[in-house]
Amino acid sequence: MGNAALDPGALSVKNHAMLAYIIKRIVQSVIVLLVVGLVAFAMFRFVGDPIDNILGQERTQADIERLRVELGLDQPFVVQYWNFLARAAQGDLGVSYRQSRPVVEILLERAPATLELAAVSGAMAIIFGIMLGIFTAIRRDGFAANTIMTISLIGVSLPTFLIGVLLIYFFSVGMQFTLFGQTISTDLGLPSFGRGETVKIGGWSTGFLTESGLKALILPAITLGLYQMTLIMRLVRSEMLEVLRQDYIRFARARGLRERAVNFRHALKNTLVPVITITGLQLGSIIAFAIITETVFQWPGVGLLFINSIQTVDIPVMAAYLMLISVMFVAINLVVDLLYFAIDPRLRVDRTARGH
Amino acid sequence: MADTGLNTPISKMTAKSGRGAAFWNSDLVYSFRRSPVAIISTLVTVILVLTAILAPLIAPHNPFDPSTLNLMNGFSQPMQPNAFTGETFWLGTDGQGRDIFSTILYGMRISLFVASLAVLFAMVLGVTLGLIAGYVGGWVDTIIMRIADVQLTFPSILIAMLISGIARGFTPVQYRDEVAIWVLIIAIGLSDWVQFARVVRGTTLIEKNKEYVQAARMIGRSRGAIMLWHILPNVLNPVLVIATISFALAIIAEATLSFLGVGAPPTEPSLGTLINTGRDFLLSGEWWILLFPALTLLALALSVNLLGDWLRDALNPRLR
Amino acid sequence: MSNTVLSIRNLVVDIPTRHAVLRPVDNVSYDIAAGEILGVVGESGAGKSMAGNAVIGLLNRPAHISGGEIWLNGNRIDNLPREKLRRLRGKDMGMVFQDPLTSLNPLLRIGDQLTETMLTHLDISRSEAEKRAVAALEEVGIPAAAERVNSYPHEFSGGMRQRVVIALALCAEPSLIIADEPTTALDVSVQAQIIALLKRLCRQRGTAVMLITHDMGVIAEACDRVAVMYAGRLAELGPVREVIQNPRHPYTDGLMGSTPLASKGQKRLRQIPGSMPRLGRLPAGCAFNPRCPKAQDACRIDPPPTMEDGRAACLYPIEIEKKVPA
Repeated sequence: MGNAALDPGALSVKNHAMLAYIIKRIVQSVIVLLVVGLVAFAMFRFVGDPIDNILGQERTQADIERLRVELGLDQPFVVQYWNFLARAAQGDLGVSYRQSRPVVEILLERAPATLELAAVSGAMAIIFGIMLGIFTAIRRDGFAANTIMTISLIGVSLPTFLIGVLLIYFFSVGMQFTLFGQTISTDLGLPSFGRGETVKIGGWSTGFLTESGLKALILPAITLGLYQMTLIMRLVRSEMLEVLRQDYIRFARARGLRERAVNFRHALKNTLVPVITITGLQLGSIIAFAIITETVFQWPGVGLLFINSIQTVDIPVMAAYLMLISVMFVAINLVVDLLYFAIDPRLRVDRTARGH
Repeated sequence: MADTGLNTPISKMTAKSGRGAAFWNSDLVYSFRRSPVAIISTLVTVILVLTAILAPLIAPHNPFDPSTLNLMNGFSQPMQPNAFTGETFWLGTDGQGRDIFSTILYGMRISLFVASLAVLFAMVLGVTLGLIAGYVGGWVDTIIMRIADVQLTFPSILIAMLISGIARGFTPVQYRDEVAIWVLIIAIGLSDWVQFARVVRGTTLIEKNKEYVQAARMIGRSRGAIMLWHILPNVLNPVLVIATISFALAIIAEATLSFLGVGAPPTEPSLGTLINTGRDFLLSGEWWILLFPALTLLALALSVNLLGDWLRDALNPRLR
Repeated sequence: MSNTVLSIRNLVVDIPTRHAVLRPVDNVSYDIAAGEILGVVGESGAGKSMAGNAVIGLLNRPAHISGGEIWLNGNRIDNLPREKLRRLRGKDMGMVFQDPLTSLNPLLRIGDQLTETMLTHLDISRSEAEKRAVAALEEVGIPAAAERVNSYPHEFSGGMRQRVVIALALCAEPSLIIADEPTTALDVSVQAQIIALLKRLCRQRGTAVMLITHDMGVIAEACDRVAVMYAGRLAELGPVREVIQNPRHPYTDGLMGSTPLASKGQKRLRQIPGSMPRLGRLPAGCAFNPRCPKAQDACRIDPPPTMEDGRAACLYPIEIEKKVPA
């Protein structure tokens, strides 16, 4: 291993190894997406009869035949699958059975609500989660840290929807609507639910720019972020405790480094390596848990759309949501993996190049 | 340095029992006796499970029997006699005069039934696939673990929702309520097998190269017998821990799906369904319809979770 | 001695447990002078590392100093507040751990680890610290130090990493180094190099060294004096040559008899019957009495006091043999 860093040839070996790794991960991601696409397509094709779904009761044999050809149902499975993927790649995800509109249109309309909610909750979960995790690890036997840990266990056991309902009970019903007031404009006609007033900027409707929009964000964001925050906090704590046990921390202490430098410069950085992966994946699950939060608060995002599509068996919407969320998850996974390289210098060396 | 590892419970325990299993037990029991959290959460879990099982005997009313319902009893406040009938209900009634206490007991029955069968299903599936993947190896292993990886990319609640959605699509409308409970069990079970499979596979990979397994192979025992009698016992500890934690997660998953209206049907309301119903009354002031089922769910999920947490620490002290 | 750097007086370390209070270090006293290398030898669990950790103030809870005094350069340090003790660590006393693979932070360049140590303790500029970092690496024999300063720990071999660790421990020029099994995790071929390096640096700078090891070969090679520990107590203390040639404590004698290097004249290695007792179950009297060939009833009553010449803690020490012509 000795002089690997000095040899200019070794550098290019490293880059090759990294490139190979990235390519491998991308290929894996594509395979995952193809599998998910297959599931989505199979849902389209085999769950219920697409012709029934589109034509309804009054139809002639000629209509059915025409539609079969139109939809390509007469072609071999693989060809149909390929056409499905090609159409999806071009943004054609079919037409919602229930709303009779292109699914893409509905998704685009709904996406800002979910993304804004997820961004606020995610930021909240990461910032407070990491801070509390460090605090409880450093003061592991302190009263405050123990109290936080005990409360966090309740937080982990509390289902997301229950947090939301209880928050509504305490801060919306119990407090006589003072938090939301009457100013809330209603896409859905429910004063304490929904997004508040939104402002359209291009195709994006944002709730960040109005007071009612920001107020409407508070409870849903807490509901969605609390569980993730608890998980991140517990993860940071246990990783940090593990790191604080390591020899290099003892050695840092033995060199008389300041407690702050030991905790933040030495321990925290090593803690973040594993934390980043799991936190990255947590961010993905924020999108998934948004389904629950959006249902509780009737938040007009894609999650609520998905739940409604399950209730009404609106297959094109279900399939589209599945593919959309898969792309996001796979992308997050990929980014997290690449972040690993950026943080941990050990990984920048190819395994086979080690041990020289 | 070894100096720190010199506390002496070992001598105490070896004095008590010579055999390995007894040693394991006494260690676990010792740690149990020392943990008030474990004792209390076990107590709460046992009480809740028992009342759920014995619901028909304990519950003052049968919420599924319309003949016992009196609409006049609707919206009775907890602990206060009803204005029309003068009857008193501990936890109040809902709009149709159903006793909340009874609906909670019956609801918990359904929640626990779904959660336990789902975990059992996930466990059997996961352990079997994990054993096969670890012991057989090769492409079988690759396929099983790839599926597990893909599934792990997504949160299990999302997978459960999806499976439930697909199953709904396949079921004709008139049968949907009838099969809803079983769909729920399968959806939660399928979303949760991966943890079991990964742990079992890992242990199997270690165990299968040990001498005693080689020896069993030499004397001609079949693959199935080796997996069942030699490798399986080694994975019981981690499987037990995962099962307990999965049970808490399954209770939450069931409640969540039912709350979202894609789980237990209104005809067989679980705790999640009850909370969903209660939410509609929250804004009009009938808080008890929501709060009591919610607290029950919280107590159940919390105590099982704490139990799982303790069990993991007790069986694997290094993680503490 | 006038130039005593470290002085340990009747040091006691306790670990309270569920059942009893364990005493991994029991009434231990010794001094180390400037430029002197004191070897501390004993089986694992004899309390030698625990004593080192007590000196530098890094005992893991619940272990703590419950008696005795530790003096460094004429100042008492065992009762210092945490922050004051922290300032001494690295500046007045450094420590080298057993495993160089885990002693260095994998995510920080070794240059950064060196400069941060110096900037913590010395009043110098960053560029000055960077210069000194390169010099420190050169001094411990890292080739192409100016470039290697920017490398990460994983880019070094085990022996090289231990050199980096030594550079780190010495970079703020402490007067005492505690080296806890510094060669145990290394290849045999590298061990001698590291010991020679440690010896050379300390002689040059007049640094006192507490060299903790279980390897009598290392002791014979590097040390001026040796302290033999058994079950938390000091069994024997004296100049290396004398202790090796004429051990007074029966345990030391047994230890020498079981070490190839020290037992040159013998045909085969001797064994000490039995094993060191666990801390919770020490026998009454001398801790070594159940294994001692010379034990008498008196040995089973109280722990023996140290002999008048301060050499061994034994009621019936081995007589000094007639001087064998060397």
